[in-house]
Amino acid sequence: MSLIAVVDYGMGNLRSVDKALEHVARDGQEVRITSSADEILAADRVVFPGQGAARDCMRELESRKLIEPVMQAAKEKPFLGICMGLQVLLAHSEENDGVDCMGLYPGNVRFFGKVLNQDDPAEPLKIPHMGWNNVNQTIDHPLWQGITDGSRFYFVHSYYVDPEERSIIAGETTYGIGFTSAIACDNVFAVQFHPEKSATDGLKLLENFTHWDGK
Amino acid sequence: MSLAKRIIPCLDVDNGRVVKGVQFVDIRDAGDPVEVARRYDEEGADEITFLDITASSDNRDTIVHVVEHVAEEVFIPLTVGGGIRKIEDVRTMLNAGADKVAINTAAVFNPEFVKEATDRVGSQCIVVAIDAKQVSAEGEPLRWEIFTHGGRKPTGLDAVEWARKMVDYGAGEILLTSMDRDGTKIGFDIPLTHAIAEAVSVPVIASGGVGNLEHLAEGIIDGMADAVLAASIFHFGEFTVHEAKQHMAKRGIEVRL
Repeated sequence: MSLIAVVDYGMGNLRSVDKALEHVARDGQEVRITSSADEILAADRVVFPGQGAARDCMRELESRKLIEPVMQAAKEKPFLGICMGLQVLLAHSEENDGVDCMGLYPGNVRFFGKVLNQDDPAEPLKIPHMGWNNVNQTIDHPLWQGITDGSRFYFVHSYYVDPEERSIIAGETTYGIGFTSAIACDNVFAVQFHPEKSATDGLKLLENFTHWDGK
Repeated sequence: MSLAKRIIPCLDVDNGRVVKGVQFVDIRDAGDPVEVARRYDEEGADEITFLDITASSDNRDTIVHVVEHVAEEVFIPLTVGGGIRKIEDVRTMLNAGADKVAINTAAVFNPEFVKEATDRVGSQCIVVAIDAKQVSAEGEPLRWEIFTHGGRKPTGLDAVEWARKMVDYGAGEILLTSMDRDGTKIGFDIPLTHAIAEAVSVPVIASGGVGNLEHLAEGIIDGMADAVLAASIFHFGEFTVHEAKQHMAKRGIEVRL
């Protein structure tokens, strides 16, 4: 039995992620929502979702003693970050007057409002960035396999990642400005959008993850 | 290439069954929310909204099971509204698999509830539903007020001010229904939609009055809505969601096709 652990740290509803993974998992794969460090470390693959504010996410991860095991998993096995599960991988977030995050990748998480309010006042862009937007695949990657470049995925967020290392960018999206909507580095793939809510293309990405060996 | 305007079919659910005559020729059970939702997903719906109209409080759990079953098979965003009064209701729906919860009457009677809910679960999960009706007389500057009880009871609240207040309280999205237009099939109340969309910084969903595909396009182009919600034009098989999107694309609107 191969285990896909979905990290539960009390931030947001994991049922959709769980059900979508179960929908695409192969025979012999088990999907388990867990907040156990041991289970995360023992799993074959780790999915790191998340919703809500950066400060609350970091606080919950700390209080559950999950920072170490999640960092460890991100160093050694196929790892998929979703939404806040992408943002907290960076060093710092502007949310909540500034929050230090996990720091796996140098860079900042920035607020859309600062750039979008300068837009054409005739049609200002709304925040949160909510709905289906195009993701331009900036690299070839096993998780993009079978997904047409530029396909639309479902987003809902007010902050976006701005990694220092441009080489880890795997996907870009435009909303007022161009921003990083996916990153890839070794065994880690992380996305700002919600594959579990992105119909066929989202399920395809999750299915690709269930096959991915992290290379 | 940018963010698509959304089309959201709305299903009325009573005691766990889809009502208001969903009519698809090739569907086995037009009252089964799972089957109807799956059908809309296949047609390209961007989200689905369930409005629970169950009158008896004894049967309120049925909507929870509906959401659970739909969320197991349909992988697009789901919104649930109707009878959301307590933070427990919000949590129950989200845990069942809803992505967003629409708060309507409870917000009017207890605005703090919106604050509490957004603090607890995040703005992105909370839609405030606004039922508005024009109150200005002919010749006067246009003005709309919030009405409750299906548009029968006035509240004296100015619709534009109310929408702003709800966004200040944390609402992540506004679902705006014109009670003058609801069920009329003569199109959205465009000045109302435009006034609210312009007044708030969050996305606005236009609702009430859609009778044809051009109405949907008008809601986006003239009303400046970010999404359009409709029930009967899809349920009765007059148009598919796909046809609606093709029409919108022809009118120059960015859609997910």
